[in-house]
Amino acid sequence: MSFARRTFAVVWKDVVVERRSKETVTAVLFFSVLLLFVFEFTLGGDRDRLTGVLPGLLWLAVLLAGLLGLGRSFVLERDNDCWEALLLTPGDKGAVYVGKLLGNLLLMGLVEVIVLALFTLFMNVDVARAMPGLLLVLLLGTLGIAAVGTLFGAMTAHVRARELLFPVLLLPVLVPVLLAIVKSTDALLAGQPLGSVDHWLKLLVAADVIYVVAGLLTFDVLLEG
Amino acid sequence: MIGLTTSDPLIQVSGLRKAYGTTLVLDGVDLVVRPGEAVGLLGPNGAGKTTLLKILATVARPARGTATIAGHDCAREAERVRGVVGLLAHGTHLYDDLTALENLTFWTRFAGRRPDPDALRAVLAEVELDDCAEARVRTFSAGMKRRLSLARLLLGQPRVLLLDEPFSSLDQRARKWVEHYLEGFTAGGGAILMATHALGRELDVATRLVILANGRIILDAPRGALGADEIHRLYALHTEEAS
Amino acid sequence: MTRWLGIVALVAVVAGLVMSFGVAPRELTQGNVQRIMYVHVPAVWVAYLAFFVVLGASVAYLWSREPGADRAAHAAAEVGVVFLGVNIATGAIWGKPTWGTWWTWDARLTSVAVVFVIFIGYLLVRRMTDDPERGARFAAVVGIVGALNVPLVHFSVYWWRTLHQPPTFMKPGPSAAPASIRAALLVNFAALLLLGAYFIAKRYTLLRAEQEAAA
Repeated sequence: MSFARRTFAVVWKDVVVERRSKETVTAVLFFSVLLLFVFEFTLGGDRDRLTGVLPGLLWLAVLLAGLLGLGRSFVLERDNDCWEALLLTPGDKGAVYVGKLLGNLLLMGLVEVIVLALFTLFMNVDVARAMPGLLLVLLLGTLGIAAVGTLFGAMTAHVRARELLFPVLLLPVLVPVLLAIVKSTDALLAGQPLGSVDHWLKLLVAADVIYVVAGLLTFDVLLEG
Repeated sequence: MIGLTTSDPLIQVSGLRKAYGTTLVLDGVDLVVRPGEAVGLLGPNGAGKTTLLKILATVARPARGTATIAGHDCAREAERVRGVVGLLAHGTHLYDDLTALENLTFWTRFAGRRPDPDALRAVLAEVELDDCAEARVRTFSAGMKRRLSLARLLLGQPRVLLLDEPFSSLDQRARKWVEHYLEGFTAGGGAILMATHALGRELDVATRLVILANGRIILDAPRGALGADEIHRLYALHTEEAS
Repeated sequence: MTRWLGIVALVAVVAGLVMSFGVAPRELTQGNVQRIMYVHVPAVWVAYLAFFVVLGASVAYLWSREPGADRAAHAAAEVGVVFLGVNIATGAIWGKPTWGTWWTWDARLTSVAVVFVIFIGYLLVRRMTDDPERGARFAAVVGIVGALNVPLVHFSVYWWRTLHQPPTFMKPGPSAAPASIRAALLVNFAALLLLGAYFIAKRYTLLRAEQEAAA
């Protein structure tokens, strides 16, 4: 199907460019490691207090590192006016949105794996106990973050004060998703069954559907000159 | 498309007006370009040349008036127009970190077609870039990038080419090459609208000259009727008059 | 037409004040400070209605590109933000004597603050985009996502422990408040709704005048 081929083209292109320029991934991963140090220095003194806020910290690390990457997803297209060429190629521009969204999911997935690994190693968090429920929460939550992040990233790529406007727009909209994933992670890490966070999962699914559909429908408009 | 004959205009602009914020950039523009014509669009900076091209390319929308390409309205049938138009503007529309072949492969795939490596290499050969197929675009000269941009455009087999300063920063050899290519395009029945500052030999490509000043067309004449000196004089006269 | 709307709104506001201070009973434990609730609660309802208008007008704008739809969205968003601001401020004024603190991070206050920031973002997008037509398109997208997000924020409220008064009008089942309080609330709601509509209409006309002067 043409939409799938076009979406794949966008993902492939972004992966190849990123592999060669290494701009975004390196910065984001390095930032995640730095955050770990910052958390340890600022909160590590009291072990019990740290354990209590661990789910929040985990997602804070993912979110902050993610903000870096998500905000940059369309900056590449500004070079040489490629965004213009994307707009002018006939076909559903939604393929650009989905392609960038998939690329961002890959990026955020990478960040999450690194952050989880670091937390398991250095903060002594037992992640295995929360699996596979935690994986589901990760997937649904990341999709929500990436869906809005990609949409707003496209918008702010053209704005002068991009670094400022992007987090200001994104963070308040993501509050329900954040609440859902932090509360769910909290419960799952404490050993509670997946059923106990059922309502949060439903909220995440609703949010994901709303954001992706809104993204698909409005993306064209953002790409216009 | 509704039964177009070969002589029906490919570009038709009527009463076009466009403002950016409080600045009126186009103030009632009318223009018709037929197949085989290459129109040189001259005018001082800020006259609206780039805006006119952007509206025809469907990148921008007019405030008033209509612009159609091959019978399709640029604002209301944008996707149809995009299928028959090619824009060569300031940006190269290329990814610097991809190779020439990878760029063509991406744009082919993004247009929904399956890329055939042999066919793409043949296209690169046509623009004399086949030995640079595996080189990253970042290493290319301005002339090479221009040729690759043109090659990318022609993959889509457009009927209209919209060009914004196609000869800028090119050396003599590259200029001749682009001229030759554009002549081939119009010979094949395509139409060209080319905005340029160059008043020298580059204008040889043009079959017609149009001067745009202060958002209005103030001269529209066949180039054959005007000698080189005449062109310079008219240009200076009209642009001074306008400013 | 706008002037009549203004006059009717003024009358309704006076009626609302009469209801709040004259007709509604004095609350037992909180005293007269509780009467501020008659502005505080309707303000948030009117704000949410305004954001609903933002949603509709934004969709209409993206569909039709009519500048009027964009102006309506802009005006409604501004009024919504102002009314939410009133809600937050009156809540703080109520909170200090009642709970001993200007602000808590309880879920209800937080959710109103979140929606407040979302729509400030809406206004910021317009301001920070150079081309006003582009700013209108971007704002429409933010308006749509922001407005659709409001129920999600609202539901995150229910699943948090809260020290705020449990919402007596949004839960299913019979309302707990006595008749005179309900009446006062409804009159004030009508008053603030009319006032909000008047402000939106006024702002819309102002925006149109600005745009026509510039053209």
